[in-house]
Amino acid sequence: MAYSEKVIDHYQNPKNVGTLDKSSKNVGTGLVGAPECGDVMRLQIQVDDETGMITDAKFKTFGCGSAIASSSLATEWLKGKSIDEALTVDNMDFVEELNLPPVKIHCSVLAEDAIKAAINDYRVKNGKETIKFEESVVH
Amino acid sequence: MLKLPIYLDNNATTPMDPRVLEAMTPYFLEHFGNAASRNHPFGWEAEEAVDYAREQVAKLVGADPKEIIFTSGATEGDNLGIKGVYEMYASKGNHIITATTEHKAVLDTCKHIEKLGGEVTYLQVKSDGLIDLKELEAAIKPTTILIAIMYANNEIGTIQPIHEISTIAKKHGVLLFTDATQAVGKIPVDVNKDGIDLMAFSAHKMYGPKGVGALYVRRKNPRVKVTAQMDGGGHERGMRSGTLNVPGIVGFGKACEICRLDMEADTKRISKLRDKLETELMKLEEAYINGSTEHRLPHVTNISFKHVEGEGLLMGFNKNIALSSGSACTSASLEPSYVLKALGLGDDLAHSSLRFGLGRFTDEEQIDYTIRAISETVLKLRDMSPLWEMYKEGIDLSKIEWAAH
Repeated sequence: MAYSEKVIDHYQNPKNVGTLDKSSKNVGTGLVGAPECGDVMRLQIQVDDETGMITDAKFKTFGCGSAIASSSLATEWLKGKSIDEALTVDNMDFVEELNLPPVKIHCSVLAEDAIKAAINDYRVKNGKETIKFEESVVH
Repeated sequence: MLKLPIYLDNNATTPMDPRVLEAMTPYFLEHFGNAASRNHPFGWEAEEAVDYAREQVAKLVGADPKEIIFTSGATEGDNLGIKGVYEMYASKGNHIITATTEHKAVLDTCKHIEKLGGEVTYLQVKSDGLIDLKELEAAIKPTTILIAIMYANNEIGTIQPIHEISTIAKKHGVLLFTDATQAVGKIPVDVNKDGIDLMAFSAHKMYGPKGVGALYVRRKNPRVKVTAQMDGGGHERGMRSGTLNVPGIVGFGKACEICRLDMEADTKRISKLRDKLETELMKLEEAYINGSTEHRLPHVTNISFKHVEGEGLLMGFNKNIALSSGSACTSASLEPSYVLKALGLGDDLAHSSLRFGLGRFTDEEQIDYTIRAISETVLKLRDMSPLWEMYKEGIDLSKIEWAAH
């Protein structure tokens, strides 16, 4: 299976690989997937308390090239967005941007789930209730 | 000069040896006859060429030429051998014993037989990939007609104790079929010394052409017969109808002859390269060899690099190195290799595996390049892996409640 150029580029030059201090109140961490399934994504966001803007985002991913590219792209998209804007990111955005084939759609779903999990983690840390999301269709 | 890409997927298929191609060429244009045409020189030439190839093939495995049935490859040989015995010996029984690590061509044939009303026992393997001989013997019943155990595994290279298996089979009057696709031409296989009754193998795994293979069917002690699975002109002693693939068969014969003559030198050289590759890659932390290292094909190694995913790993170098992975991300299903899982490997290690199949045309420069490329990619991906980070922090990954995906 041939990868799209964008997937290859993110794989070769991943953006924002790393770790934020998960104990910090400003940092939300989303850990999704499972080793048994061959994908685990950890996405972290750092949020400015006053403005509600995402000032930094980092990822680490165990998975195929498409999973790595999706999480790398997610960090790029998240930086500079508000939490509310971040919540509008949809898995199909990844599919379109990275030209993912049908067998790789689960990577995009995982990236969307990771964003939501990171936001919920941040909300809980800051005394807000978690947002309930509808189950994604493709799992 | 190192030429890229490097081919290290010789368990999938091998490149043709130029000597094989040279032997085949005249049989496309000049000697195009049908080996079954008895009335003219075109047919005679073709038949003569087929007879010669049949001798070359038989000699490699210690068989009589009359015991070689040409097929389209090992999948057909597996089907013909197993289904053919099941039908031919129906009055004797309907039970077949096989193992969970067999090739799909054997497993799916057995499933087909179950649908037809047959009974199949699938033996588990030990963590080194070998079957337990006691379990095998215990599984034999009065209705058992066939034991189907592969000679060597295609993913991990583990060599089953075929001689011991055949001794048990004989003791109980059960036939032994073996899929020897990965073994023939690579290690000494002798149908008489090994006590094999039926054996499938293929030309394209031993530097011959694709689309041709053979089923060995024993003629003496005991005389074995299989029911044909294709109706037609009654070629190959009535067991396999269809006009013979003369150029392919000629190439197969030549490939067998070269393997027989070069095996010792090839094995010595290739196993040295395999050992170098393995030793160097095992210097990486948390690397594990899958399957037996003692009973193993000399050109194969299968290694898991914990906390990096196989397909992601391949992507780091697959433009330059051709390899395969036990990870399932390459297929539509999320299930990793059933062979690795049968060894008792967790899904995480199965997802992290690479299969290396070296061959006659592998050289040291290629191996050195491969060692460097893979080591670098593993390190790079571990820096990017949340599992590696957690492992390094001393977190027990098995205790984490992963969100089911």
